[in-house]
Amino acid sequence: MQTKRTVFKSRLLPYLLLAPQLIITLIFFVWPAGQAIWQSFLRQDPFGMKDTFIWFANYTRLLGDADYMNALGVTVVFSIGVTALSMGASLLLAVCVNRVIRSQRFYTTLLVWPYAVAPAASGLLWWFMFNPSVGIIPYGLNYLGYNWNFRLNPNDAMILVIIAAAWKQISYNFLFFVAGLQSVPHSLTEAAAIDGAGPVKRFWTIVFPLLSPTTFFLAVINITYAMFDTFPIIDSTTSGGPAQSTNILVYKVYADGFIGLNLGPSAAQSVVLMLIVVLLTIVQFRWIERKVQY
Amino acid sequence: MASIDVENVGKIYTGGVRAVSDIRLNIADGEFIVLVGPSGCGKSTLLRMIAGLETISEGQVKIGPRVVNDVEPADRDIAMVFQNYALYPHMTVKQNLEYGLKNRRTPKAEIEARVTEAARMLEIGQYLERKPKALSGGQRQRVAMGRAIVRKPAVFLFDEPLSNLDAKLRVSMRGEIKRLQRRLGTTSIYVTHDQLEAMTLADRLVVLNGGRIEQVGSPLDVYHTPASTFVASFIGSPAMNLVKGELHGDKLAIGPSVIDLNGYAPTSGAVTVGLRAEDLRLASEGEEALPFRVDYTEELGAQRLVHGSLGDQSLTIALSAATELSQDMRIVIDPAKLHFFSAETGKRLAGGAIVGAISSAAQPVA
Repeated sequence: MQTKRTVFKSRLLPYLLLAPQLIITLIFFVWPAGQAIWQSFLRQDPFGMKDTFIWFANYTRLLGDADYMNALGVTVVFSIGVTALSMGASLLLAVCVNRVIRSQRFYTTLLVWPYAVAPAASGLLWWFMFNPSVGIIPYGLNYLGYNWNFRLNPNDAMILVIIAAAWKQISYNFLFFVAGLQSVPHSLTEAAAIDGAGPVKRFWTIVFPLLSPTTFFLAVINITYAMFDTFPIIDSTTSGGPAQSTNILVYKVYADGFIGLNLGPSAAQSVVLMLIVVLLTIVQFRWIERKVQY
Repeated sequence: MASIDVENVGKIYTGGVRAVSDIRLNIADGEFIVLVGPSGCGKSTLLRMIAGLETISEGQVKIGPRVVNDVEPADRDIAMVFQNYALYPHMTVKQNLEYGLKNRRTPKAEIEARVTEAARMLEIGQYLERKPKALSGGQRQRVAMGRAIVRKPAVFLFDEPLSNLDAKLRVSMRGEIKRLQRRLGTTSIYVTHDQLEAMTLADRLVVLNGGRIEQVGSPLDVYHTPASTFVASFIGSPAMNLVKGELHGDKLAIGPSVIDLNGYAPTSGAVTVGLRAEDLRLASEGEEALPFRVDYTEELGAQRLVHGSLGDQSLTIALSAATELSQDMRIVIDPAKLHFFSAETGKRLAGGAIVGAISSAAQPVA
């Protein structure tokens, strides 16, 4: 295949043109990442006067740390919960909107709005609604005989952060699902209708399998979101509590490093997170680009 | 197997756009009906109303003795072949064929037998484990047909099934569809905009224009006695020449030339005259003839189409390849082979030509 090639006369010019992006990447991504890796091999004395190089001690301690293992478990539950809830809800909404003919754009616009809300604000919003003293939802639940209190009950806390985090992501997923649904040819569902499949069966045997590239892509995006971008939501609602029950890995990095000022172990945790991101990226490229097709 | 009765059917889309009006059509059991017309004439809409993919705004459709207006497509006992095949891309050919049967809880052995039978009939046995993506256009078309056949429905509906194929494949698939339909004896409705496909496939043709039936009849009836100028110009290739003329008693004037009609004049005054290209021939010496000025010719091998003008009106004649051509020629037509249409309404005027079988029914069947 022939591509258009530009030949620069000066050998310096191409590097100059790339420089802004390269500088940004180096300063804001590569350098901090290198710092974190370096930090993860050090132990700082309590007054921050002196660093000792301790090889992998920070990492081995992490593996034996019950709190860290707890955070790992919490992260798994949280990510799966957020991904399942946000994707399920947005798929349902997308299917509904896809059936509406007239006001499709209107509904789509409305449903995209939550995406514009800042994560901390959305956390706060749900915090108020679920607040045991002033919230409307605990008030309602009280009538049903359930004493809601996310400050005391770990399950309540987990449900709250999952809902708050998932709500924000619904808009994003919704857009992709609507686009995905619209790219399923109409004649396929018509053929299936003539072939004797009811609406529900048509969806699960024809439409949903054809959506699989979208679904898979969104699954990776949502897991990444739940694991790394939900810090403000946790911080503004539960701050990882009660009793570490909503302390996800990202939040623990922050709490240990910036609140606890324990830089070495915190850096080691962030390196572990970095590895997870690398892994997810590989999965994304390997699978989405190639495996998911029909 | 079933007959189909379309009674006063009309379609109005939301927003008030009328696509189809007052269609009356009785289709006998086992008949092959072709709906033909230009794009936007409502033929697909009519087919989709019969399939149950569009709601019926007016009138009713009966399949067999049952009114199906409010019956789901799945329960109408029909199978449809779509223009883009509509094969399920994530399923193998075999799964595509089985899908409709599985949904109807057909016993496994029965499914197996029917799929094997259809695969044999359509010669797609070796592709059963492939996905549609790995098939050529013609093979996909066969699979789409197979999916309709395995169901053993009372009615086949075809929505321009051959228009995505190349010309050669289209001709061979056309023959195959015809053979299959004869063999299975299933009532079929076939939509196309290709008049050649319509002529070759149909037991009866239904020519549609602007959401209304222009004419119903056997292909030869429609060809020989078109009910209107629209049908005349739509059916047959090259299209029938339509020129303005005037009738004076038993004489027809086309521009400055006048020919004798030998008693075939249906009326008098201004008319539209239809002349088939193949009915025109060169005049011999001393014969009363029309002057024809040649513009250009198209060589088709067996014959040549000569385009030119008769006075100031354009005309095409089909001549044998051996005919010698000159700039100015003299042409004649047997008055019995002239078609006369009303100059105002475009409707056929009685009298004029009736070639071959004398047929009465140029009217939609009630």
